[in-house]
Amino acid sequence: MDSGIIVSINGLNKSYHRGDQTIPVLNDISFDIAEGEFLALMGPSGSGKSTLLNLIAGIDQPDSGSIIIGGVDVTTLSETELAGWRALNVGFIFQFYNLIPVLTAFENVELPLILTPLSRAERKAHVEMALKVVGLADRMDHYPGQLSGGQEQRVAIARAIVTDPTILVADEPTGDLDRISAEEIMDLMDRLNQESKKTIIMVTHDPRAARKAHVIRHLDKGILTNADSQNTL
Amino acid sequence: MQILKILFKNAFRHKLRTGLTILSITIALLAFGLLRTVVNAWYAGVEASSAYRLVTRNAVSIIFSLPLSYKDRIRQVEGVSEVSWGNWFGGIYIDEKNFFANFAVDAKTYFDLYREYAIPDDQKIAFFRDRKGFVAGRKLARRFGWKIGDTIVLKGTIYPGNWEFVLRGIYRGREPNADETVFMFHWDYLNESLKKTAPTRADQVGFYMIGIQDPARAISVSGNIDGLFKNSFAETITETEKAFTLGFVAMSDTIITAIELVSFVVIIIILAVVANTVGMSVRERTNEYAVFKTLGFGGWRIAGLILGESIVITMMGCAVGIAATFPAATAFAAAMGAYFPVFKVEPATIWLDIVFSLSVGILAAIIPVYRTLKVKIADGLRMIE
Ligand SMILES: Nc1ncnc2c1ncn2[C@@H]1O[C@H](COP(=O)(O)OP(=O)(O)O)[C@@H](O)[C@H]1O
Ligand SMILES: [Mg+2]
Repeated sequence: MDSGIIVSINGLNKSYHRGDQTIPVLNDISFDIAEGEFLALMGPSGSGKSTLLNLIAGIDQPDSGSIIIGGVDVTTLSETELAGWRALNVGFIFQFYNLIPVLTAFENVELPLILTPLSRAERKAHVEMALKVVGLADRMDHYPGQLSGGQEQRVAIARAIVTDPTILVADEPTGDLDRISAEEIMDLMDRLNQESKKTIIMVTHDPRAARKAHVIRHLDKGILTNADSQNTL
Repeated sequence: MQILKILFKNAFRHKLRTGLTILSITIALLAFGLLRTVVNAWYAGVEASSAYRLVTRNAVSIIFSLPLSYKDRIRQVEGVSEVSWGNWFGGIYIDEKNFFANFAVDAKTYFDLYREYAIPDDQKIAFFRDRKGFVAGRKLARRFGWKIGDTIVLKGTIYPGNWEFVLRGIYRGREPNADETVFMFHWDYLNESLKKTAPTRADQVGFYMIGIQDPARAISVSGNIDGLFKNSFAETITETEKAFTLGFVAMSDTIITAIELVSFVVIIIILAVVANTVGMSVRERTNEYAVFKTLGFGGWRIAGLILGESIVITMMGCAVGIAATFPAATAFAAAMGAYFPVFKVEPATIWLDIVFSLSVGILAAIIPVYRTLKVKIADGLRMIE
């Protein structure tokens, strides 16, 4: 494992407001993520895992605290700056894949590259490479509806890695999959981490999925319970 | 793949919904286009009128006539270059349904004044030589299959009896607005017959058509002409040909306003239809737009996706609507026969179609764009369809 710190979280607080009620979701969270680390965030439903992941991925803003990723405090960026930052630095993998149903696998993977200055030919090369990594080079022209859940998630992973982002974040990536497909996805994530040295932050409540992670952190009611647990699963 | 491709794919995701929306735009624009063309056709005579011509009629009413002797006095008015005259004949050809305008005109002066009516020289000479000859517009001759030399009988209404005429010439409009449905015969023929059968009605002119040298002086020339006959037995009103024609048409102003109002209501309705379609589609895809945002698509791009989709849908409807307007107008004109001598879809109508469609496309997208941009990514992602 690399020794450099890629993500540094300090004193993070986040609460939601419902009417005049304030619901605290994250309470004074601080931890670091090393470059090349495979981190699993675990905890019961509603404990704030997705909220924390969204903050790290720059799609939500905390009430206080800082999140420094690759030297940039993302909590200080404007919405427009964040959009540009996400395009370059974050690959997002969702529980329900979230592919665009009217676009083919190829087009879905190409989506984030539209925002880059790459030429059409360069985009094509990147997309084909990403689809090859996830083992779906032969399904490029298939629409999401023509793929199995596991295949859809692999397309989504290709979409997440095609821009070669700084961090990969995954929110319950196996939550909607059968055991076999889930294992394939975890093997793929493991391979991305081992071979491509990707830093991965994954939310899961499935201990089997967490087995591939190096570090596991537990959240309970918005509090980090074991600050520095090595994976013993 | 570009943004353009995405918005096309989005536009046709619900083929039935989009298809019906396009169909309603098409029908609305078709209705709009036809209504406007009717209004334009109604005013075509006004458009075709020349600024170089005045019309003088009896001050009491157009149904009263003026003495033929006025022609020499009018000719002497300064600024007048040409004087011609005519009577509305009001004859019926076989059946009242076959309505068309028919006039007795002073042939020699008339065609000097109405140079937009082109007749081949040999036909013109033949017409001048034949007292019973008449000239018909190209469309009129085509409508009844008349050929040069054919004898046509009109049943007089204002001037009783059966009147026989021989077709000596067919004229063509030199300008697109020219009326090609008129029937014109020799005023002398009418007048000589009246001298025999109803002498009190002879030497009476329905209206004078006057050529002037300078349109800018139309008002003073008109005033001078009317001044000649002030306090006489038959006072006159002289006005520009345009004002004269408008006087007939303007009676139906209310109808035209109603038609225009309906056109705009139609536009409002398609706005509602498109806004509903776009709003529904965009709301269903709240989650997808959150994904786009997650991937780094900024507000402008998201707005472009929605706006573009809305415009794609409206412009498709617009294109089909415009394409359908021309054959529909042709069919409509055929069905309406002679009521509208000039019935053509004007370029302005097409431009209005485009401007309206584009505006509808933009307006319909405003609320969906606003709502989509307002949704926080994290909230949007939670909305799984
Ligand atoms: N947009 C929101 N508005 C209000 N409450 C929210 C919102 N998002 C999350 N929450 C609440 O915050 C808590 C943590 O949610 P979440 O981070 O999704 O938990 P987890 O991913 O661990 O299941 C839950 O109680 C949830 O209801
Ligand atoms: Mg969650």
